[in-house]
Amino acid sequence: MIYRENGQFKTTYAADQQIFTIAQDKWFVLGLIAFAFIGVPMLADEYMFRAILIPFLILSLAALGVNLLVGYCGQITLGAGAFMAIGAYAAYNFMIRVDGVPLVAALLLGGATTAALGIIFGIPSLRVRGLYLAVATLAAQFFCDWAFLRLGWFTNYSPSGSVSISNLSAFGWAIDSPVEKYLFCLLFLVAFAFFAKNLTRASIGRQWMAIRDMDVAAEVIGIRPMWAKLSAFAVSSFFIGVAGALWGFVHLGSWEPAAFSVDRSFQLLFMVIIGGLGSIMGSFFGAAFIVIMPIFLNQALPALGSLFGIAISTAGVAHAEFIIFGSLIVFFLIVEPHGLARLWAIAKEKLRLWPFPH
Amino acid sequence: MSRKIGDVILDLQNISLRFGGVKALTDISFDIREHEVRAIIGPNGAGKSSMLNVINGVYHPQEGKIFYRGEERRKMEPHMAASTGIARTFQNIALFKGMSVLDNIMTGRNLKMKTNILLQALWLGPAQKEEIEHRRKVEEIIDFLEIQHIRKTPVGRLPYGLQKRVDLGRALAMEPQILLLDEPMAGMNVEEKQDMCRFILDVNDQFGTTIVLIEHDMGVVMDISDRVVVLDYGKKIGDGVPDEVRSNPEVIKAYLGAGH
Repeated sequence: MIYRENGQFKTTYAADQQIFTIAQDKWFVLGLIAFAFIGVPMLADEYMFRAILIPFLILSLAALGVNLLVGYCGQITLGAGAFMAIGAYAAYNFMIRVDGVPLVAALLLGGATTAALGIIFGIPSLRVRGLYLAVATLAAQFFCDWAFLRLGWFTNYSPSGSVSISNLSAFGWAIDSPVEKYLFCLLFLVAFAFFAKNLTRASIGRQWMAIRDMDVAAEVIGIRPMWAKLSAFAVSSFFIGVAGALWGFVHLGSWEPAAFSVDRSFQLLFMVIIGGLGSIMGSFFGAAFIVIMPIFLNQALPALGSLFGIAISTAGVAHAEFIIFGSLIVFFLIVEPHGLARLWAIAKEKLRLWPFPH
Repeated sequence: MSRKIGDVILDLQNISLRFGGVKALTDISFDIREHEVRAIIGPNGAGKSSMLNVINGVYHPQEGKIFYRGEERRKMEPHMAASTGIARTFQNIALFKGMSVLDNIMTGRNLKMKTNILLQALWLGPAQKEEIEHRRKVEEIIDFLEIQHIRKTPVGRLPYGLQKRVDLGRALAMEPQILLLDEPMAGMNVEEKQDMCRFILDVNDQFGTTIVLIEHDMGVVMDISDRVVVLDYGKKIGDGVPDEVRSNPEVIKAYLGAGH
């Protein structure tokens, strides 16, 4: 009954082209953002920030980038982990080699470097597609794993290959405590989600989706496939690169190449598939599902066991976690192949009509 | 009729197209005049769709020359043909399935949208202004095709006849000089065919768009086209006004067999 759009008339095209055309949606999301900025810092404890919220924010940002490429432009990638690594190491090198470069500038320069390399690794997409492209992007992953491990320059010749960044501060704001780190990541995420949404509703987003849905027809109406695909690789890599830099700088603090292994690439791809390909909202759902679900299972299973008087061993919990997590993924993909975002959209459609069926 | 048929806009000379050893088109020449409705007919496999693909740059003929507005056209990619004002619809609907009707037609405006990617990301003044400006144009096309009620519907959910109409709308959004229609009426019932004929004639009449049409329904072809070219096994066997073509013995042979 509350979720109604009755009486919300749009009299201009500008009003019809807003991000949220239904007022309730707009207030809900604005409320959510306000809560994330004000409410969460008051409620959550340090463990929540470190283990759940900060990884969730950063991986959402990366998933957003992957979704732009895979979900909107239809170019599958298995190199997302590598692009995160490029972002992190590039930002690190800007930080230590250029005197007085501000933190935010280093992060964005890391993203820009990733975008440039993303274009190079995106070139095979002009010739191959589907699974073959996935294998080609896997090359980026192996190349980066090798380069950051073997070429000392990138890690400033640190003997163990691990690098670290300390004393983060931006615009005179020292980012030390978990709350501050959380807010810093949140600022990035909100801004980038806004950019992503704008791109997908503008001309460039339509070009990407046209290439995804029917590339021959897209070319015939005047879309240059090279421009559309490579711009998608560039923008997507920029997002992933910034997320990688945040992951290294803010979340880990010190890291080695193994932090961005091929596992990370798969994890990001799963996030967008489970969350919903071609949906901004879906990126958040997917990231939330993959970050929070294992932790939730880890906590809930022993509790559930003790409820029935069964003590589950730590190893047992770990194994059960994998089994349940895997079957949940399969379950969601069967129930709704278009991801959690589609379930969300269906729920909203139903709610608009509720309590009348028609 | 108020429209006037003008000079030759597209002149195809001795076009031959081969795929390996298969000859799709052999030494075909014909021309298309400005503002006319030009039909290409022929039995299945005659090379009609290949001919359209040659015109809009999807296929590159091994031999022959194409003159567009009197200038010889270099080998070109489809998106370049599009930027010179050649639009087309497809035999098997090739809409962007995941997008709404509105977005599909907006995509047709792509060549005319100029703001850069950075402005689009920030949704700043010029990007928003451009979006609204083109939205206005697209709404005119939506009105013209009488599809206002489905503008926000994903095209995948639409029935076949309406999808064909959206396909036409997307091509019209390019404001083309030449519009290539590949079997726009295939699989439609009589009412839908009548609607489609009306739209095609209105486009030709109101916007002066030159139309090249492939169609199997002879009634439609003879009614709405100014001149007809007939292909069979990749060769041209007839060319002229509908009455001429209808009485051409070669054409009758190709369609009905030698006995008649």
